[in-house]
Amino acid sequence: MDDHQLVERLRGGDEGAFVSLVRQHQPGLLRLAESIVGNRAVAEEVVQDTWLAVCKGADAFEGRSSLKTWIYTILVNRARSTATRERRSEPVDNDAYHGCFDSSGAWATAPVPWSEKVDDEIVARQFAKLVSQVLPDLPDAQQQVLLLRDVEGLPAAEVATLLSISDGNQRVLLHRARCSIRRHLENAMGGEWS
Amino acid sequence: MVVIWWKKRRGIVCEQAVRLMAGYLDGVLPEADRARLEAHLAECPHCSEHLAQLRIAISAAGHAQPDDLPEKAIDDLVAVFRRWQRE
Ligand SMILES: [Zn+2]
Repeated sequence: MDDHQLVERLRGGDEGAFVSLVRQHQPGLLRLAESIVGNRAVAEEVVQDTWLAVCKGADAFEGRSSLKTWIYTILVNRARSTATRERRSEPVDNDAYHGCFDSSGAWATAPVPWSEKVDDEIVARQFAKLVSQVLPDLPDAQQQVLLLRDVEGLPAAEVATLLSISDGNQRVLLHRARCSIRRHLENAMGGEWS
Repeated sequence: MVVIWWKKRRGIVCEQAVRLMAGYLDGVLPEADRARLEAHLAECPHCSEHLAQLRIAISAAGHAQPDDLPEKAIDDLVAVFRRWQRE
């Protein structure tokens, strides 16, 4: 069923369409909401409100973005207006490559090669689990961009718009997050799998 | 001589190469930068390895789906949906 058929059925009050959307998006929405509000119980309320808003607003969905992006946009707006805690801001000197290069711009220490030792199964099983574990420790903004881009697979421009940040900023945050993940994977490779 | 000098000037160092990788992975680098980065990658095993590792990180994140929902959570939301329908 494509976006338009789903929305059409939702407008008609079809419970099956609602359940199918919930199954597809609830886990991801919950995880993103939690990264914004910082609390599981509040996140659950925010997501529930989001679903109501989706049902009530289905008539307003115009299909300019994907249905998924539209739902995530509603969620982010609700979560932000609910967020009660201080946002953990980016450390000032958070250059992903601080100290990696010498004054000539060459690697100060050559990267340890491990990519060839990794196969698809390690990526899908151990590494994916590791990503889920370390995600909550990333600065909030990085976490949100990584969830939307790399985990949920939304396009760059839609993610920038829905988080109200510039395209460039979105890319910087994403890159920092990916660099952190890469470092964690490398540490794991240095331990268990090398 | 001039050609060699020009080529040297146009080449990039590793630090510049890694800073182009974010745009490269998103497919948004201007053509000239993309060419410079690819020329560097062809000669630099360190940067190639770094890029390969970043790609593995991206792929791992792509597999990091949250756990499936407990049926109870779905039932709760269906109850909300039914309440809304009756309103
Ligand atoms: Zn290099």
